[in-house]
Amino acid sequence: MTAPLLDLRGLSVLYPGEHGATLAVDNVSFTLRREKLGIVGESGSGKSTLGRALLRLLPQARITAERMTFDGMDLLSLPERAMRHLRGRRMSMILQDPKFSLNPIRRVGDQVAEACRIHLRCSRAEARERSLAMLEAVQIADPRRVYHLYPHEVSGGMGQRIMIAMMLLPEPDLVIADEPTSALDVTVRLQVLRILDRLVTERGIGLLMISHDLNLVRNFCDRVLIMYAGRVVESLPAADLERARHPYTQALLAAQPRIGGDRSPLKVPERRADWKEPIGPQP
Amino acid sequence: MTAQDAPETASDISANPTGHRQRRLRLRPGRILGQVISIAVTLFGLLLLTFVIGRMMPVDPVRAIVGEDASPDTYMQVYRQLGLDRPLWEQFLIYVGDVLRGDFGTSIRTGRPVIEDILAVMPATIELATFAILIGAGLGITLGVVAAANKDRWPDHLIRIVSLLGHSMPIFWTGMIGLILFYAVLGWVGGSGRVSDFYLGLVEGPTGLLLIDSLLAGEMEVFRSALRHLVLPASILGYASAAYITRMTRSFMLDQLNQEYITTARVKGLSRSRTIWGHAFVNIRVQLVTIVALTYGGLLEGAVLIETVFAWPGFGQYLTNNLMIGDMSAVMTCVLLVGVIFITLNLLSDVLYRVFDPRTR
Repeated sequence: MTAPLLDLRGLSVLYPGEHGATLAVDNVSFTLRREKLGIVGESGSGKSTLGRALLRLLPQARITAERMTFDGMDLLSLPERAMRHLRGRRMSMILQDPKFSLNPIRRVGDQVAEACRIHLRCSRAEARERSLAMLEAVQIADPRRVYHLYPHEVSGGMGQRIMIAMMLLPEPDLVIADEPTSALDVTVRLQVLRILDRLVTERGIGLLMISHDLNLVRNFCDRVLIMYAGRVVESLPAADLERARHPYTQALLAAQPRIGGDRSPLKVPERRADWKEPIGPQP
Repeated sequence: MTAQDAPETASDISANPTGHRQRRLRLRPGRILGQVISIAVTLFGLLLLTFVIGRMMPVDPVRAIVGEDASPDTYMQVYRQLGLDRPLWEQFLIYVGDVLRGDFGTSIRTGRPVIEDILAVMPATIELATFAILIGAGLGITLGVVAAANKDRWPDHLIRIVSLLGHSMPIFWTGMIGLILFYAVLGWVGGSGRVSDFYLGLVEGPTGLLLIDSLLAGEMEVFRSALRHLVLPASILGYASAAYITRMTRSFMLDQLNQEYITTARVKGLSRSRTIWGHAFVNIRVQLVTIVALTYGGLLEGAVLIETVFAWPGFGQYLTNNLMIGDMSAVMTCVLLVGVIFITLNLLSDVLYRVFDPRTR
């Protein structure tokens, strides 16, 4: 068996604050190979913090772990310079809303080409060619025209496809997708997901999919981690989600609307203290 | 909104696939017409304002000409000569007509046409203000960006102290201290005035800007002397402006650095400086244009205090002197000029907006 791409043991993220510190991620352990791993949880469960901590994007936070390695490299002790060579080049992240995550006054094509220029040391013309090819790969019909548009001139779905193109262009090994479709119109979600799925599978990229959408993760990922209050409380294959044993996961599943199902208001899970206790085999 | 104003539609672009180049800063007749009309209205309002100021000031223009001891007959004669016996609206129309013909009246103090006096003092101020804003904007923007990039660390604290000092020290005081230190003690710079007395009147050039005229005339000695005289007052004004520009730049930058697209830039693996200058900074240029233009306008309006301390024969001194003795034609023209300066700077920043922000095109 090959060594895992990402190996986390006992990762905690602490936000220091004036009124006491907040433990956003609490003793999380998991490994990720070249597979699609979903992380599901409510708002505030620490899933986004976890994703950003992996890229060391949280200057204010205190990150501690027994082990936090990417392809054998210790992410905690890596100097910032080396970290910069990992970011974008080998680990990348797709952010939630292209309205905010694209620079409003730079042409989208130039933004895509930038990563290529920096990491692959492409010439201007080569970066342009590769960006056009990448835009085509995310099914943008007329890349030559779109290349010169500004973010306010493209739709949300197209913006997110541009984001995917930008982040996948340097051919990273790991992509963290932080709610990649939550800001999109329902009608284009599936399209964007399919594009992401195809590219990730084709290129054998490890994907960490952060989402609050159980159905999306079930259909899209190989494995699912359930996070609650900063902890991973259950870990199971996506196909076995219905057989989840943890009461929190069961509560989440019960809180989903179903077409043709009961029309009375959905059940609000009643929180219990023992939910914080993990269940099942721990990595 | 005219047809020309309508934003380009998708079909417009696809009809012309290479149209992106032309799309940059295309001049739209409708927009230009709108701008011309709005400037005309502003100018008219400005004329009305200066006229009202001229008539409302508790200064008797007739008495100022004929003196205290004139007979009532003489007084009335001059009164009629100045057209003060006519209805106010007629006086206003005459005033507007005069201004449009380029006749801004005659200065009581110097007996020369006001416009000539102003043209004589303006270059000195333009030279000073331009140098000052170059220093102020260059220093202020750089320090502001550095402070924001190092928020709450020592460079930020240091820069905030320096800019607070620039804000709070009275400019005439910094001026005097500067003169004592750099001129009297160290001898690094020239003293008061635009140029050493020795060279006074040696170069009378086409622009009135001593630095340019002396270069054109090939008088390097004069150029050096003028530069030595300019450096200190311009630096002091520049420092004061930099203090303000630094604070604004810092807060603009902090706004941008919290945006999500900065996270994107960092995820892409860009270096700190590339993130800051290539992504955050390009987004504050529009805001910077506004505050730099306004600051420049303020400097052109005349820095009376610094002009007084440095015996700088500029617009600020001219305006103050005329206010003191109530030379109304001169004061009205000065107010008009200040208005025109601000309108021009506004127009200029409008154009720059369109260069810097694709969303306004």
